[in-house]
Amino acid sequence: MANLEIDFCGIKSPNPFWLASAPPTNSGYQVQKAFSEGWGGAVWKTIGAPVLNVCNRYGTIDYKGTKIMGLNNVELISDRPIEVNLKEIRETKRLFPKHTVIVSVMVESKKESWQEIIKRIEDTGADGFELNFGCPHGMSERGMGSAMGQVPEYTQMVTEWVMEVAKTPVIVKLTPNITDIVVPARAAVKGGASALSMINTINSIMGVDLDTFTLRPDVGGKGGHGGYAGKAVKPIALNMVSAAASDEVVQKAGLAISGMGGIEDWRDAAEFMLLGATSVQVCTAVMHYGFRVVEDMIDGMSNWMDEKGFKTPADFIGKSLPRISSFGDFDLGFQTVARINQDKCINCNLCYIACNDAAHQCIDMKTMQLDPDQIKMQPVVREEDCVGCDLCSKVCPVDDCISMVQIETGRPHITWNELIKARPEILNDWDKMEEYRKTANIHIH
Amino acid sequence: MAEHYKPVKYKPWEMTLEERFQEYHPALTEREAVLEANRCLYCYDAPCMTACPTSIDIPTFIKKIATGNVKGSARKILEANLLGATCSRVCPVQELCEGACVLNEDEKPIAIGRLQRYSMDYAAERDIKFFKAGESNGFKVAVVGAGPAGLSCAGELAKLGYAVTCYERKAMSGGLDTYGIVVFREPVEISLAEVRMVEELGVTFKNNVSIGKDITMAQLVEQYDSVFVAVGLGNVPSMGVPGEDLEGVVDGLDFIEETKVKKLDEIKHGKRICVIGAGNTGIDCATIARRLGAERVTIIYRRSETEMPAYHFEYQFAMGEGVMFMFLTQPIEIVGENGKVVGIKCVRMDLGEPDHSGRRTPVLVPDSEFVLPCDMVVTAIGQEKHNEMLHALRAFGVKEVKHYISVDDETRRTAHHKIFAGGDCIRHKGEASTVMAVQDGKLAAAGIHKQLAGAGTCSTDKKTVSAPNK
Repeated sequence: MANLEIDFCGIKSPNPFWLASAPPTNSGYQVQKAFSEGWGGAVWKTIGAPVLNVCNRYGTIDYKGTKIMGLNNVELISDRPIEVNLKEIRETKRLFPKHTVIVSVMVESKKESWQEIIKRIEDTGADGFELNFGCPHGMSERGMGSAMGQVPEYTQMVTEWVMEVAKTPVIVKLTPNITDIVVPARAAVKGGASALSMINTINSIMGVDLDTFTLRPDVGGKGGHGGYAGKAVKPIALNMVSAAASDEVVQKAGLAISGMGGIEDWRDAAEFMLLGATSVQVCTAVMHYGFRVVEDMIDGMSNWMDEKGFKTPADFIGKSLPRISSFGDFDLGFQTVARINQDKCINCNLCYIACNDAAHQCIDMKTMQLDPDQIKMQPVVREEDCVGCDLCSKVCPVDDCISMVQIETGRPHITWNELIKARPEILNDWDKMEEYRKTANIHIH
Repeated sequence: MAEHYKPVKYKPWEMTLEERFQEYHPALTEREAVLEANRCLYCYDAPCMTACPTSIDIPTFIKKIATGNVKGSARKILEANLLGATCSRVCPVQELCEGACVLNEDEKPIAIGRLQRYSMDYAAERDIKFFKAGESNGFKVAVVGAGPAGLSCAGELAKLGYAVTCYERKAMSGGLDTYGIVVFREPVEISLAEVRMVEELGVTFKNNVSIGKDITMAQLVEQYDSVFVAVGLGNVPSMGVPGEDLEGVVDGLDFIEETKVKKLDEIKHGKRICVIGAGNTGIDCATIARRLGAERVTIIYRRSETEMPAYHFEYQFAMGEGVMFMFLTQPIEIVGENGKVVGIKCVRMDLGEPDHSGRRTPVLVPDSEFVLPCDMVVTAIGQEKHNEMLHALRAFGVKEVKHYISVDDETRRTAHHKIFAGGDCIRHKGEASTVMAVQDGKLAAAGIHKQLAGAGTCSTDKKTVSAPNK
């Protein structure tokens, strides 16, 4: 069995699976139970300023009969007194010395307040801090959470305050409710952070009740934006993690990244790690099923690592980062066409209608005799017209029925950036573009 | 049978004999398995798990199919039940896990049996070996009878480091899984692969050995630290009616066995067949008779469908196969000509007052005799007890309940400290099944281990966390 231990900016953790700062890490009872079921670490639910909560606190997106594709919440940071939290953190670390306990913090924007609470937390023996610059609801209106994370100068300033007194590693948690994640990530680097974590939840309104016209979640007839999380946000999170992980400033500073956003199982976790996350954090899957989901995360990742020949997570963390490129550097000569396996086709014709109405009209319905006593209309790709967009295989409900096959068309293997360097005239002149297309054997019908 | 148990399109008149004896339920495709696995709610403290005699962690093994960790799924099953491949095919799931599924209320239960088979097939196709023999602890255990209880016990003990020898009277091991379950429910290779898995854990198999003839119980008790007796039951008993020795009268279990070990076209069978008894064996015999090509197959049972021991899904399956049922009918003589069966003489019955088992007693209807012409009679009215074994065990002070071996509920130990027992030979409460036998083997292995190594069985050193007082 593979060794799942990680080293997260000096913090050794038995495995990369951490609970995110959220309701599952609200108390010592919960975190200790989670550790006993296999979680490698936990980020304690944010402690700091005094708060009062409301109800209802959650809204969900249920998709086609499946519950909780996405979960939104308007719950605030810990509503338990700081003393109680500190006592339980100390006790938890004493009972589970090898497990990672990170404490999430959020106080008002005053240097003394931040430095005081950091010192008090450090006294518990916790392994590090996570600065909550991401909470998008309730706290942001009071000038905390995402209100700080959305202003790079604040992010840097508070990080600097904390770094002045912190002896253990400091993780800056970033909000996705910004335009470019790299900007606040660099602000954290400037402030001297030891690591980054992302993404916090996304601003969202979950829906409107069509009978009562109230919002979801419904707080006594009113509603408002809350933080969106769960499987639905995973692609957004993956993009942000990879953007931060491949940023040269972040890389040069050597900051570790803890990735989160929609991680439900070991495969999701592996994807975050391939894109540069050293540890991953989970909340929604635990909110739905309990701490026990970690057993398959450990087992599944370990089996996958054995199969791939990875001895430790370090062997694959960031392995897919070199593949991150941009449009200007893609090969314009890489051409694929769709091929339909007629033996597997079940005649739903979704590929035909998708191609015809929403793509490039290159699938025809043709009369075919597949066996001696049956003549049927089958979808057939006109390969010479297929642009290789891949929509048909995406809508096909049958596994391995439509495959995208690479073909050589004689087009030059050149990137957009190379092309416009060689022929800058095509950038603004359609006639020149047409001329180039002819020479490059590119026909667009 | 639940709706999702769609059988392969069965048109016997268009099929070869071999095709008719293929597995009745097709394997799930990967897509079907993933869709079905995602339908599972992943209940906590799930009723399906409680309903499984071997307590397989069903929600977890299903979740692992959903996450693409099928190898982990297979391991989870086998950790609880070494004969997971057989059980996935032969378990009466409607009565157990699937019957307990919470989705029975609003939609339909998860196809747990077929999902389990999917994971088991995945591991078998890739020849994944999950367990190895434990470091030798110097203890020797004899297992008598290499059926499901014996294999389970032997395998679990081998994992713990015991030197185990299985004594089996038949040429092949696996017991009824190998010889007694119709091939269209479980191909013989599945059972033999399980035997091989146990063999690969270092268990020695001595086949064609009869206790009392080739080796005595006394020798086993002397030579081994513990003996696990899992001899099952015997042949179908005599019905006590005239004509049972006629040519054409066969024991139901022998009939099933022929379809497991012989070439199908070499099996002799009649055209018009009467099967006596409406239990699991009766249903199996009647359906294989149909699939072998018998034109008219009638199950004769002296009570009504309410009292018959076969499961409801078996009854439905048999009717779908074109088997006829003649309830409230009692055979009183097998009629022969020139030494061969030509018919069966029966009387009609009515149901009277309930007997000690709560079932209504059949009462003869006067002057209702009739003869049903047939050319083969298959008897399937239960199994005999192993009287020789019981006799041999009495010498060691082993106690009995209604001619079944009496054991301790927790450890499966008999009154003799070295002798443990499990499987059909202890099942005095009636219903017996493979999965119960597997659990007996597990419990006995734990009992033997506790006694010999003095160790507890569940040495999980997990820290327990108690909820705060509110």
